[in-house]
Amino acid sequence: MLILSCPYCGVACDETELQPGGEAHLTRFGPDASDADFEGYLFRRKNPRGVHFERWRHAYGCGKWFHAARHTVTLEVFGTYPAQVTEPPPDILDAIAAKVPGWEPSS
Amino acid sequence: MGRYSVFAIAREAFRDHSGWTRAWGNPAPKKRYDAIIIGAGGHGLATAYYLGKNHGLKNVAILEKGWLGGGNTGRNTTIIRSNYLQDPSAAIYEKARGLYEDLSQELNYNVMFSPRGVLMLAQTEHEIRGYKRTAYANALQGVSTEFVGPKRVKELCPIMEIRGPRYPVLGALWQPRGGTARHDAVAWGYARKCSEMGMDVIQQCEVTGVRTERGKVVGVSTTKGDIECAKLGIVVAGHSGHVADMAGFRLPIDSVALQALVSEPVKPCMDVVVMANTVHGYMSQSDKGEMVIGGGTDGFNNYTQRGSFHHIEETVRALCETFPMISRLKMLRQWGGIVDITGDRSPILSKTPVEGVFINCGWGTGGFKAIPGSGWGFAELMAKGESPLTAEFGLDRFREGRFIDESVAAGVAH
Ligand SMILES: Cc1cc2nc3c(=O)[nH]c(=O)nc-3n(C[C@H](O)[C@H](O)[C@H](O)COP(=O)(O)OP(=O)(O)OC[C@H]3O[C@@H](n4cnc5c(N)ncnc54)[C@H](O)[C@@H]3O)c2cc1C
Ligand SMILES: [Zn+2]
Repeated sequence: MLILSCPYCGVACDETELQPGGEAHLTRFGPDASDADFEGYLFRRKNPRGVHFERWRHAYGCGKWFHAARHTVTLEVFGTYPAQVTEPPPDILDAIAAKVPGWEPSS
Repeated sequence: MGRYSVFAIAREAFRDHSGWTRAWGNPAPKKRYDAIIIGAGGHGLATAYYLGKNHGLKNVAILEKGWLGGGNTGRNTTIIRSNYLQDPSAAIYEKARGLYEDLSQELNYNVMFSPRGVLMLAQTEHEIRGYKRTAYANALQGVSTEFVGPKRVKELCPIMEIRGPRYPVLGALWQPRGGTARHDAVAWGYARKCSEMGMDVIQQCEVTGVRTERGKVVGVSTTKGDIECAKLGIVVAGHSGHVADMAGFRLPIDSVALQALVSEPVKPCMDVVVMANTVHGYMSQSDKGEMVIGGGTDGFNNYTQRGSFHHIEETVRALCETFPMISRLKMLRQWGGIVDITGDRSPILSKTPVEGVFINCGWGTGGFKAIPGSGWGFAELMAKGESPLTAEFGLDRFREGRFIDESVAAGVAH
């Protein structure tokens, strides 16, 4: 069972308390967006075999959205962080770099 | 390799079964092939088979990182049906179901196709309306299905509790020629025929890179060295995103774990396949007597072939309600596969931004039933550049908004 701690309540939540929300840090382009941009926002996914930044909601707790950094092959969780950011904070990136040698954030 | 027949069995019985030969070869890769297929699951092998049989393309290699049929093809609950809502889906799934009817004869390999009938239960008013609509659509598509009432459901499947308590059975979409087949045998049968045609099925050979020159594919890098090719078919299910990344494009796909489990074997008690989409469970009985049960997918990206336990609990809880007798059964085995879920829950059979590279993926939780039809259409696409079966399943539909939205009709259960 996956356990993530909610960055707002500090509670270590069982997966059954959470609602998954898919890839994080997607850019939603404005009214002048090209078809390709909008397709990218709606559908194109990194779906990596490795480090994944994703959205979760503490559905049966505080109800708030947050972010998690997780490895999709080892299921290791590198950390969770609040939703009000457009990219992973440095401490999360450091935690990943320490555990996954050679890892680089992809665009 | 020799033909399998009753005479072959008799002949071998007289010589201590010393005359059976390997069902498929174990070749080293050649320097160059006209076409390479990545992934020796059902879809990859069927593609290769129809490339040879329908289009005369036989200088073909199928590269598999593990063992053939070891992906989702060997992990699924083997339900075969074609009662979809949208025309393009009905066309390709019904083509597949039709080919399954005499696939054993075609491949000279017993795939144990058993058209025992599939019941998709309606347990809400919404589902009744949905399935009636599907039945009307199927009538127009030439797919034989029928909406039946609860009394008929009980006749077809006496072990079912149709009165609830939570979700009484209000009716069902019944496809009498749907059923099951032996999943491994489908992979093995196609592999044997491919090998017989002179194709190379190369196991333990992982593709690690796709090599291109001026936007056109020239070959692949593998754990057994570089291999050249003129055309490349990527047919790797849950690993599609990873391999597409090697070729330099991104897919509308998330990979998640889907699980199944089987019970201890019991005497025959259920001779149809039952799917219950509202409560998320489906069940059939194997020839060995095991109850074969499929559940729901996890909601997060995962490559471990291992799902979360609470999904099993949910599935079993739901099925115990509909089939009270299984509450006493012990479950023997449980496993998972990595399924490739697309944005509109329909598959992708398409050209790609790289010339010469084609992709067949996104079958997600329900592609076993499609193997022969998918192979047929995808081989045509690879050989001729287009196919009526695959025309609507292109990658560009996500940009253009031409979705084939089966998520309403098919749900997650297959
Ligand atoms: C638990 C479960 C139950 C299911 N139940 C049903 C059902 O009842 N009915 C139904 O119709 N469908 C069902 N499905 C879905 C069905 O199993 C799949 O859609 C189908 O088997 C996909 O076949 P495939 O050939 O595309 O993929 P696979 O069989 O997964 O084959 C892909 C192959 O590619 C190989 N590969 C991956 N990466 C590489 C690489 N880099 N180099 C070389 N090889 C590589 C893999 O090792 C694998 O063998 C179920 C799936 C699961 C997991
Ligand atoms: Zn919280």
